[in-house]
Amino acid sequence: MSKVQVETRINGEGVEFLCEPQQTLLEVLRETLSRTGTKEGCATGDCGACSVLLDGRLVCSCLVLGVEAEGKEVTTIEGIAGNDGLHPIQQKFLERAALQCGICTPGLIVATKALLDKHKNPDEETIRYWLAGNLCRCTGYDKIIRAVQDAAEELAYEA
Amino acid sequence: MGAFAYVAPTTVAEALGVLEEHASQGKRAQILAGGTDLLVQLQSVDRTPRTIVDIKKLEEANRVEVGADETFVGAAVASAVLNENEELKQRFPGLIEAADLIGSTQIQGRATIAGNLCNASPAGDTIPALIAIGAVCVIASESGNRELAVEDFVTGVGTNALQDGEFLVGLKIPNPPARTADAYLRFIPRTEMDIAVAGAGVALTLDDAGTCTAARVSIGAVAPTALLVTAAADALVGTSVDDDALAAAAAACSAAASPITDKRGTVEYRRKVVGVLCKRAAAIARDRAQA
Ligand SMILES: Cc1cc2nc3c(=O)[nH]c(=O)nc-3n(C[C@H](O)[C@H](O)[C@H](O)COP(=O)(O)OP(=O)(O)OC[C@H]3O[C@@H](n4cnc5c(N)ncnc54)[C@H](O)[C@@H]3O)c2cc1C
Ligand code: FES
Ligand code: FES
Repeated sequence: MSKVQVETRINGEGVEFLCEPQQTLLEVLRETLSRTGTKEGCATGDCGACSVLLDGRLVCSCLVLGVEAEGKEVTTIEGIAGNDGLHPIQQKFLERAALQCGICTPGLIVATKALLDKHKNPDEETIRYWLAGNLCRCTGYDKIIRAVQDAAEELAYEA
Repeated sequence: MGAFAYVAPTTVAEALGVLEEHASQGKRAQILAGGTDLLVQLQSVDRTPRTIVDIKKLEEANRVEVGADETFVGAAVASAVLNENEELKQRFPGLIEAADLIGSTQIQGRATIAGNLCNASPAGDTIPALIAIGAVCVIASESGNRELAVEDFVTGVGTNALQDGEFLVGLKIPNPPARTADAYLRFIPRTEMDIAVAGAGVALTLDDAGTCTAARVSIGAVAPTALLVTAAADALVGTSVDDDALAAAAAACSAAASPITDKRGTVEYRRKVVGVLCKRAAAIARDRAQA
């Protein structure tokens, strides 16, 4: 099986890797590049645990081929925190106890980042629809919604 | 057995060349648009090696043009991108409504209308919406482009009219006349992330007095393919799209449906629901056309 060489940028850093044409970006991130922050829940696009930004757009990395990352900018959960600590979204998830087992959390934080990049002041309905592709089996969602609302408020305050 | 390969051609001619070469050698090539159906299938039901031909680098397939005579939507344009196009939303609110129902935010970041159509699921949400607005498939082949109405494109469950060596470049939609509007509704047991139990797309035109002068009605998930229901359109034309006309159109949709019973609904239920959806979608289209 012939591997393909791919040049991409992940969290602002140039990265090269080899992958098979049918391998998903999720597999490449976790297995080839050992960036295990991005999680696999279903591998069929249903759960959102594998959410990443591809050129700024929210996608499931389990439904993107590794080779499709060529020439693109990928943002994963590892790229959300700043140099001086957690991103406000991460901080609010902690403060609101918006996680239990944590498997869904990286995907939710990346999805929330995409939401707040686009909608500065989303209402609850907008938040719930935006995050409908991120499943959580533990929290019952309410604490997640509160954390997102707090983060939106904080980011609006900072801006 | 062969191996997987990936190519991302930058011109339509190059893409056709790859398809043609594979067809002539009896090797399998498959178009990749958003991958939201293809990758799921690749990971479960169909793992056989093939050449994946990514159309996202084709300029033509990325084009969206809301033109003076017609609208063109390239086959590689993700539904999230369509949803951000205000002109398109204004012109075809029903189509955008349907595209906006596909999966989650993540799925919409990738999923295309053309992929929804080519995948040819009986429950594909954009298919009735496309049929209602009279969309036409622009198909590229070595002998030039050919065009085919969307209602003639899907030939069965999971099958379409593309021949070996052909692919869909995009969809062409005639401009709606004045006081024309479309709408699409589906029914799912949840509020998000589910497959349609039934769906209905309606486009209609009113004259200055509010009388319907033209209509197209299409229903989905109640037959092997989405259906164009001319009897339902006939029930609307010549009326003010009042309750009697809506009831007649609904009855025509229920009669045209040939659904199956599965975990999402029974034959009787689907027949009834598709009529209700037609009625409601037609009322929305009427109100939009009047506005
Ligand atoms: C979690 C989830 C939820 C979903 N929810 C919905 C839903 O609510 N409603 C719904 O209708 N669908 C839904 N889908 C299915 C899917 O997202 C849609 O059908 C989508 O529109 C497919 O488009 P794509 O660009 O991703 O297609 P791809 O996966 O890229 O392609 C689909 C098929 O069409 C072929 N193809 C694609 N483009 C072309 C072309 N230009 N020429 C020739 N062949 C082509 C491919 O070879 C493949 O066989 C869902 C999928 C997932 C994973
Ligand atoms: S692992 Fe990608 S959506 Fe579940
Ligand atoms: S915290 Fe366990 S799945 Fe969300």
